[in-house]
Amino acid sequence: MDLFFFSLFAFIALICAVNVVLQKHPISSALSLVGVMGSLAVLYLLLGAEFVAMAQVIVYAGAVMVLFIFVIMLLNAGIEEHRGRSWIAKLLGFPAFVALLGLLCWFVQRFFPNTGFVKFGDFTGGGAQEIGYALFTEYLLPFEVTSVLILIAIIGAIVLARKELD
Amino acid sequence: MDPSQALEMLKNGVPTSWYLTLSALLFSIGVAGFMIRRNIITVFMCIELMLNAVNLSFIAFAHQHKQVSGHLFTFFVMVVAAAEAAVGLAIILTVFKNRSTLNIDEINTLKN
Repeated sequence: MDLFFFSLFAFIALICAVNVVLQKHPISSALSLVGVMGSLAVLYLLLGAEFVAMAQVIVYAGAVMVLFIFVIMLLNAGIEEHRGRSWIAKLLGFPAFVALLGLLCWFVQRFFPNTGFVKFGDFTGGGAQEIGYALFTEYLLPFEVTSVLILIAIIGAIVLARKELD
Repeated sequence: MDPSQALEMLKNGVPTSWYLTLSALLFSIGVAGFMIRRNIITVFMCIELMLNAVNLSFIAFAHQHKQVSGHLFTFFVMVVAAAEAAVGLAIILTVFKNRSTLNIDEINTLKN
């Protein structure tokens, strides 16, 4: 069952990721990216990370992608035009990329051979309670610094995107 | 090993290295998209794809070591990604207001 769910959602994630890159229109890329994020959320659940899976759906597939789609619609981004690339890039790009992916798979399988198995229910330390406990004890300082970071980001976004007032 | 032995092993679940492989593949696809796409918004989406791929390997290692730290790193990466998306999209809006283009080939000077 684990194998079935992993294969299904890994397949969906890979197809959607390739679609993000290959689609000509930014809206299609954005919707494919939502597919990647949704299937990654399921994989997080399989790995016992319930809180992160929920945060993934709410923050990434919800908030960040809405922001992306909002900007795409605001700027009326259309199909991107393709300039000519050098013939060597056209000829060798795709085979070299596939070779790189194959090499990467071989590398990971070769150097992480006995990493144990992922079975649903093996690890139950990823709920909101455990995350919250670790966040407010061991990782309190990073957590507080994060709030400052978000404040800076909000102010920066407002300053960058506002209309110039005369 | 022979196939029946491998099948027996897969009854225990999925090897963690498969998750790491998936993460590496997603990251490479993100890098490829970053390099071949010309629309600045799509390039930005490819960066998000790379961040997601790294998050997956954080979670996989957290499961392997049975520790919650990996989840917290993922949490912080998500927060930084959300902040980055807000600021980055504001920058894209400003660039579009000044240059009226989203093609990164045409946005190649700092001063217009």
